[in-house]
Amino acid sequence: MKLARVTATVVSTICAPVFDGRRLLLCDIVDPSGEPTGDYVIAVDVVDAGAGETVLILDEGTGARQIVEMSPAPIRAVVVGIVDQVEEPAGT
Amino acid sequence: MQLARVTGTVVATVKYPGLEGIKLLIVQPLDRHGEPKGRQVVAADGVAMAGPGELVYIVGAREAAQALPETFVPVDHAIVGIVDAVEPVAGT
Repeated sequence: MKLARVTATVVSTICAPVFDGRRLLLCDIVDPSGEPTGDYVIAVDVVDAGAGETVLILDEGTGARQIVEMSPAPIRAVVVGIVDQVEEPAGT
Repeated sequence: MQLARVTGTVVATVKYPGLEGIKLLIVQPLDRHGEPKGRQVVAADGVAMAGPGELVYIVGAREAAQALPETFVPVDHAIVGIVDAVEPVAGT
């Protein structure tokens, strides 16, 4: 899974059926210290993540399809957690 | 999934079985600010409604084929939605 920060929502009326009624979030991938890596991903939100929150992104299709309970479906990235804190003890 | 801009269409008469009737579009992947990022690729139109000039989001890899009616086909990028708006989340 990847760490990311929620920056925008993507509004889309015409979409694959799996995205109907679902919230799409544009998330900047960040490193463990919270710095943007320059990459981003559009992911389906299943945990009600909000503005600026650091989240966990699952970027794997089979797991994503299990979460949305639809298969086949062209989905890969899902916001699966909201990160409270990342600890990196010194010396590790 | 990533943002992309449709820049053209591809006409291919001879295609692998299962790809008949699938619209192929040239898309330019974009970064999160809407600037071109990387090379243009050919994507199958999974919503069957995208056209040149439109802002779309694409899915890559194995998931791409699952956007199509026949899911066991050789496709590595697919358009899975048309973007109406990318709305910054308040507070970011």
